[in-house]
Amino acid sequence: MNGTSRTLASEIAASAGANAAACYQCGKCSAGCPMAADSDLRPHNLMRLVMQNRRAEALSDPTIWYCLTCETCSERCPNGCDPARVIDALREMSLAAGISQTPKNIKAFHRAFLEQVRTNGRVHEMGLVMEYKLRSGDLMKDATNAAPMFSRGKLSLRAHRIKGIDEMKRIFEACGTGS
Amino acid sequence: MNAQYTATPREGIAYYPGCSLHGTSREFDESLRAIAPVLGLRIKEIDDWSCCGASSGHMTDHLLGVALPARNLALAEAEGFDRVVAPCAACYNRLAISQHEIAADPGLAERMPDILGRPFRNSVEVVNANQLLRDAADAIKEKTAATGKPNPLVGVKLAAYYGCLLVRPAAVAAGEDSENPSSIDDVIRACGAEAVDWNMKVECCGASLSFSRTASVVRLGRAIVSDARAHGAEAIVVACPLCHSNLDLRQKAMTARGQEPLPVIFITQLVGLALGLPAGQLGLDRHFVPTAPLLARLSERALAREADEARKKAEAAAKAAARAEKVAAAPRGGEPE
Repeated sequence: MNGTSRTLASEIAASAGANAAACYQCGKCSAGCPMAADSDLRPHNLMRLVMQNRRAEALSDPTIWYCLTCETCSERCPNGCDPARVIDALREMSLAAGISQTPKNIKAFHRAFLEQVRTNGRVHEMGLVMEYKLRSGDLMKDATNAAPMFSRGKLSLRAHRIKGIDEMKRIFEACGTGS
Repeated sequence: MNAQYTATPREGIAYYPGCSLHGTSREFDESLRAIAPVLGLRIKEIDDWSCCGASSGHMTDHLLGVALPARNLALAEAEGFDRVVAPCAACYNRLAISQHEIAADPGLAERMPDILGRPFRNSVEVVNANQLLRDAADAIKEKTAATGKPNPLVGVKLAAYYGCLLVRPAAVAAGEDSENPSSIDDVIRACGAEAVDWNMKVECCGASLSFSRTASVVRLGRAIVSDARAHGAEAIVVACPLCHSNLDLRQKAMTARGQEPLPVIFITQLVGLALGLPAGQLGLDRHFVPTAPLLARLSERALAREADEARKKAEAAAKAAARAEKVAAAPRGGEPE
């Protein structure tokens, strides 16, 4: 056992307060996970990788990006291991380590979203969709929904910029996500 | 800078619409604004509010996920409010989590004013639309009865769908049983309708991956719509713009050919219907799954019910008159037993 250096489980316990090491692999998290059917690794498998300090596998597995953050696993975990926080932490570490197997379209969506928040203070949905399409290269997806959305008054063409936009920049910089 | 900071207390509730209620879910905003004055709820939109970051903020950076909602709590506080209503389930979830995490971590609380660039005491309570309306249940019943019109919702079976963001994690559930919540069910009943028992109340619809993993999202939505239908629901009642967009806009892909789609309506629209407000004012014409057939069916039933009640009343009156006549005509000692 790796007792001297910092382990993945201890790092996650320190940064996110989630105790993966207490997981006894009952699988209740995976039984209720809505994305388990689409994933190779289910929540309890990810917990096992963390316990075994298999860092490269855990941080590069695309499954961490399938998580909907619906919290069903954490709500139901009988031992308080908080798998949703563990997966959150894995995603943050994966981004920080520059690991490239993050599915491009999911990363593109988050980037496009936060760019809107940083520069306008609010999300302009039409602008978000356009920016996401450019970043992901997925240009035609859902394009047929645009006209009916517009006719129902659900899409506006004009973005609103808040007055306190300098505060938004300050918040992003203070959180180390300024660029 | 925090020490000298005090805002003049203000009556009413701060209102945080969030980006969806100004865009793709504007009917949630419209219907809330329509019902609030009828129920005596004084809501005031927070000046210059900003996006809470859900869900890209906290999925990318934990601190950002706390700080983005906190700016809005600070603004509501500066306007003098002690409560903020966030109808969007995603915004509610992030505002409530931010409020909780800052309250639980003195170090974080101390850093917040510097991160936000404004004073912040974290003194504002966050509520969602379900809580607000459940607390107003008596007013809903009273104002529904006061319309003088037949309530179209009497007896209609509805599925209360909570999804994940309103009940998980436990810190945001605000007294709800996270496996079997009841606030939407209570509001359905206050409106005179019937809340069905069903299996998918708190299952996730997958909306946060709506763009990026559409096939998964359609699979999850189909399970929810089918279960509501199987339990006799004629519509699904939601309080989350993400669930709504997902189940409404993508329902065509979730429904078998030839099957009538199930309308998905916001809890505020439901209350508006009980209060007798016109469908247009509640934004019920903005949905992808048309609500008109259901509304027509409901008003037909209400008329039939009214006619039936009038007929029963007339019959009872006739019977009573006949009995009175018989008693008057009968010899002393009344009818034989």
